[in-house]
Amino acid sequence: MSAYDKVILARSKGRPTGAAYIENVFDGFLELHGDRRFADDPAIVGGLALLGNLPVTVVAIEKGTDTKERLRRNFGMPNPEGYRKALRLMKQAEKFQRPVVCFVDTSGAYCGLGAEERGQGQAIAENLMELSTLRTPVISILIGEGGSGGALALALADQVWILENAVYSVISPEGCASILWKDPKRVKDAAECLKLTAQDMEAMGVVERVIPEENFDSAYAQIKELLAEVLPGLIATPTDELLEARYQRFRKF
Amino acid sequence: MNLMGLFRSPQNELEKGGKEAEDAGIRSACPRCGVQLPLSDLQENMNVCTACGYHFRVGPRERIAYLTDEGSFYELDGDLLSRDLLDFPAYDQKLRNAKLASREKDAVVTGAAHILGHPCALFVMDPNFMMGSMGTVVGEKITRLFEFATGTGAPVVGFTVSGGARMQEGIHSLMQMAKTSAAVRRHGEAGLFYLTVLTDPTTGGVTASFAMDGDVIMAEPGATIGFAGARVIEQTIRKKLPQGFQTAEFLLDHGFVDLIVPRAQQRETIGRLLQLHDPGSIGMAEEEMGGGLE
Ligand SMILES: [Zn+2]
Repeated sequence: MSAYDKVILARSKGRPTGAAYIENVFDGFLELHGDRRFADDPAIVGGLALLGNLPVTVVAIEKGTDTKERLRRNFGMPNPEGYRKALRLMKQAEKFQRPVVCFVDTSGAYCGLGAEERGQGQAIAENLMELSTLRTPVISILIGEGGSGGALALALADQVWILENAVYSVISPEGCASILWKDPKRVKDAAECLKLTAQDMEAMGVVERVIPEENFDSAYAQIKELLAEVLPGLIATPTDELLEARYQRFRKF
Repeated sequence: MNLMGLFRSPQNELEKGGKEAEDAGIRSACPRCGVQLPLSDLQENMNVCTACGYHFRVGPRERIAYLTDEGSFYELDGDLLSRDLLDFPAYDQKLRNAKLASREKDAVVTGAAHILGHPCALFVMDPNFMMGSMGTVVGEKITRLFEFATGTGAPVVGFTVSGGARMQEGIHSLMQMAKTSAAVRRHGEAGLFYLTVLTDPTTGGVTASFAMDGDVIMAEPGATIGFAGARVIEQTIRKKLPQGFQTAEFLLDHGFVDLIVPRAQQRETIGRLLQLHDPGSIGMAEEEMGGGLE
């Protein structure tokens, strides 16, 4: 499979979205809305759930599964209020000492008029800074598209995992081809050059794990099992050690 | 080593440099008002149009000269060089061209300096080096500067200019946003002051990380500042953008910058801000007031 085939697969409509992971990995999800500043961004879903008996805060970028839903969710392209809602819930998790689990699936933060007016760059910057010292464990899982800063804003974590056919990139292959080569047709070359596949991420140390995708039921089960295996260790780690390891995790790049 | 290889590309680049120098010429046309400005006037006026106040883009060495006390700038990590981490087509050549165009090794200069007698750690990005794009060297130098400042208890003053990510470094470029943000955070947690000065253009991953993290955020008049590029937004919303969208003035109106300061006044304003954040001046004031501040 070429890198571009993986991009197509990561974007494909049949692929489970954030909500499916929440439903299948956790029990009793209770959605919480709004950033307390401007609005509730439907492109990001957040709330509380149980992993076995462990309360966790869950944040997921949601693309929607049918046309109507996709429109409502802005195709999973968050506005600043989405990132601010995510941060609000994460700070809440810190207060109540709950771990945070994020599911990331976006072509990128929304490039719109309102998004700029309300400080898209500032919202992402604040999330990155806050996440770097959030005093509770954070695990982020890239389930489809990991589009640049809009994905990273939910992926500055203690561990980052990626689905076998998900991608993670600083720019879309389309954007790269048109900016760099002024030739949108070279999108396949761009996908290859950017080294954006899950396997590339593992080789470069950007992710700790690649989750196989034989079928998605087994992927959900594996994520559930892995979370149950990894989270207790992170919870038991003294917070200063946890934050030092998180700092060094990104310091190495 | 293939010496011929060394010779050939600089020759091409010298030609290019020559053409640029000619463009700059004895006179330079202001991109905003079109007035032909004698180069000497322009240089004397810190590269600000004497007719309309347009702020020309300037490189880090000019800014350091405008800003810092004479002879006080001590460069740090000046020898870091970008590597072609992903084997990206033509990246090596682009780096060579950028070095020639900017006379710098990468898109940021960092160091320690005094501004009106106040010590600070300083970074200045370079529009002439791949439009200030952020790769591993930019991220590393800025991270090291914040770590140095945290260690020495110094404030950081940073001038940003960036077209965004260094695409040729792929995911490594993206990781710089996380790395720098974490270093900025540690500096802040040590109770130290960070001032950013956003200059034309500041966009993409730099806006979405350390540019917007300042305790005080200053901007240069008319600078384009945003997350997404104007063209990308127009393509997304299929509309023309309103006049003045994503300018420093627009950001001020929307509450995302503290103040807009023309180049000629930046040194004085930055000096004042450094003084106001100097723990030494608080101590002195306490003494003068006989402990009245306690
Ligand atoms: Zn002018």
